[in-house]
Amino acid sequence: MSLIEVNGISKVYRLGDIDLKALCTVSTKIESGEFVAIMGPSGSGKSTFMNILGCLDKPTTGQYMLEGIDIGKLDRDELAGIRNKKIGFVFQGFNLLSRTSALENVELPMLYDGIPAKERSEKAAGALKNVGLEGRGGHHPNQLSGGQQQRVAIARALVNNAPIILADEPTGNLDTKTSAEIMELFVKLNTEANITIILVTHEHDIAAYSKRIIRFLDGCITSDEMGKNV
Amino acid sequence: MINIPSTIKISLRALRVNKMRSALTMLGIIIGVSAVIAMLAVGTGASRQIEEQMSSMGSNLLIVVPGATTSGGVRMGAGTQSTLTLADAEAIKRECPAVEEVGPNLTGVAQVVYSHQNWSTGVVGTTPGMLIVRDWTLSSGKPFTEQDVKSATKVCLLGQVVVDNLFGDTDPVGKIIRIKNVPFTVFGVLGKKGQSATGQDQDDTIYIPVTTAQKKVFGTAFPGMIRSMMVKAKGAEYLAPAEKQINELLRQRHRIGPKQESDFTVRNLTQMMQAREESTKVMTLLLGAIASVSLLVGGIGIMNIMLVSVTERTREIGIRMAIGAKTWDIRLQFIIEALTLSLIGGLAGIIIGVTGSEILSMLAGWPTIVSPLSILMSFSFSGLVGIFFGFYPAYKASLLNPIDALRYE
Repeated sequence: MSLIEVNGISKVYRLGDIDLKALCTVSTKIESGEFVAIMGPSGSGKSTFMNILGCLDKPTTGQYMLEGIDIGKLDRDELAGIRNKKIGFVFQGFNLLSRTSALENVELPMLYDGIPAKERSEKAAGALKNVGLEGRGGHHPNQLSGGQQQRVAIARALVNNAPIILADEPTGNLDTKTSAEIMELFVKLNTEANITIILVTHEHDIAAYSKRIIRFLDGCITSDEMGKNV
Repeated sequence: MINIPSTIKISLRALRVNKMRSALTMLGIIIGVSAVIAMLAVGTGASRQIEEQMSSMGSNLLIVVPGATTSGGVRMGAGTQSTLTLADAEAIKRECPAVEEVGPNLTGVAQVVYSHQNWSTGVVGTTPGMLIVRDWTLSSGKPFTEQDVKSATKVCLLGQVVVDNLFGDTDPVGKIIRIKNVPFTVFGVLGKKGQSATGQDQDDTIYIPVTTAQKKVFGTAFPGMIRSMMVKAKGAEYLAPAEKQINELLRQRHRIGPKQESDFTVRNLTQMMQAREESTKVMTLLLGAIASVSLLVGGIGIMNIMLVSVTERTREIGIRMAIGAKTWDIRLQFIIEALTLSLIGGLAGIIIGVTGSEILSMLAGWPTIVSPLSILMSFSFSGLVGIFFGFYPAYKASLLNPIDALRYE
């Protein structure tokens, strides 16, 4: 059984009278421990694909199996549960809660998992240590640099031991040097903790960190090749 | 799994971030709750005052006053005629089965003197029955008796105000005072009663035997004349029969034909007071209802701000949803926020309402009573308002699409 298995998924948005086909019958498999980069110009359907993989959206047709669970059959709250336990999100704009300390930001997924307060703060501190932010738990997002904020977001994605990290242009707002550091962190998580990483990017040098590159154009997969890291 | 303590913490933090806004939103609830409490306090105070007056007046009371005189076609007011006699009073007590006790009244104002002190007060000529009619007990000494009435002895009972003015701290029992220069022995002191329904100080009075008043103090137009009488019925249900029996007996005694008007009037004092009490209660309800409207407006204020807050925090909601917040996690967060606003507002409103009622009673002299029930009611009502008006914004937040919410700028 593959970690992720999509069979002929499509996504159609209705805009007034026009049906907008964002994704046309895509099928692929992603195994546990892979490091996949998804590339493609804007409007190519890669974000739609990521939203479906992240259980934020359901495909119009087709089937999406995550660890053998048919995602299409789940309701809103069950999807929230899957996102909470199986998927860690890292966004381009970090998406941390402002006015909330780094530690509390990292605690957030556990809050919705009903984990007691003491265990929450211990685990959150551990996750922050893992991303190299030991002792920064008390800082608020606006007191941290972009790279540090993205590390907090990665710690948040890690803290519930999710097997998958979905990163949507995680280095889009960072300079080259910080980008490289963040990508090194992803590589480390991938090789050392065997976390499956799927990231969307425009940049070839970022995609080069991955082991597999899937390219999208006009809602379809145009190429699916193993990267040089393999 | 919904984590209530953490949700409360999140809500409190959100409220702290926008201190000014939170305070202004609470203001609506504060005004509402304090208005409800103050209005109910004024209303309750007024009814309590009437209740006290009723019990100080005595219960199940009828008053019999003479009719109006007509002189040269001009009709004078009720009580200008003098038609009632002590014999009438005795007959009523003897012959009307629904009547428990009768207290005749022959009143006048007189200057009273003790030692070098003097005081002007209302002097009431009556019988020992009056003490029963008015449920009045003595604070010291003993009452005069029927025998004193028969023999028109010069004895008196003093109201507390008279005692204070004439005697100060001295014990008045057994002392001699002069009423219109006639010496009277003080037999006892009447217990304190306070203000009457008409605002008179009931303790500023002297009771003397009615016969003594007739013969030695005020004099009468004809023998046995009294000004009015108070009648105590045997119970609340006997008030109407007593009124009927008194009417029949007095018409008979005064030889009034079937077509003629009575030369006296029987009034049901207790009924009048009850009517007043009823209207005060209606007034209290009305004041409370009007004040509740402001509480409602406060609730709408909360809803308004919560809707703004949901819109402002769309992105935050999106992040929380992406991370795994379920429908009720989001709903509770906003409901608790609204509830916190309304409950803190409610608490502040209670404090302001209670002090406001105190100030009101000090400045305006109105008796106000803050009942624990009104506090409990308005506090729980403000909580309900919070939940009710917080629910829609919370519901709206929970229905957001996480993708759209995450993209929201």
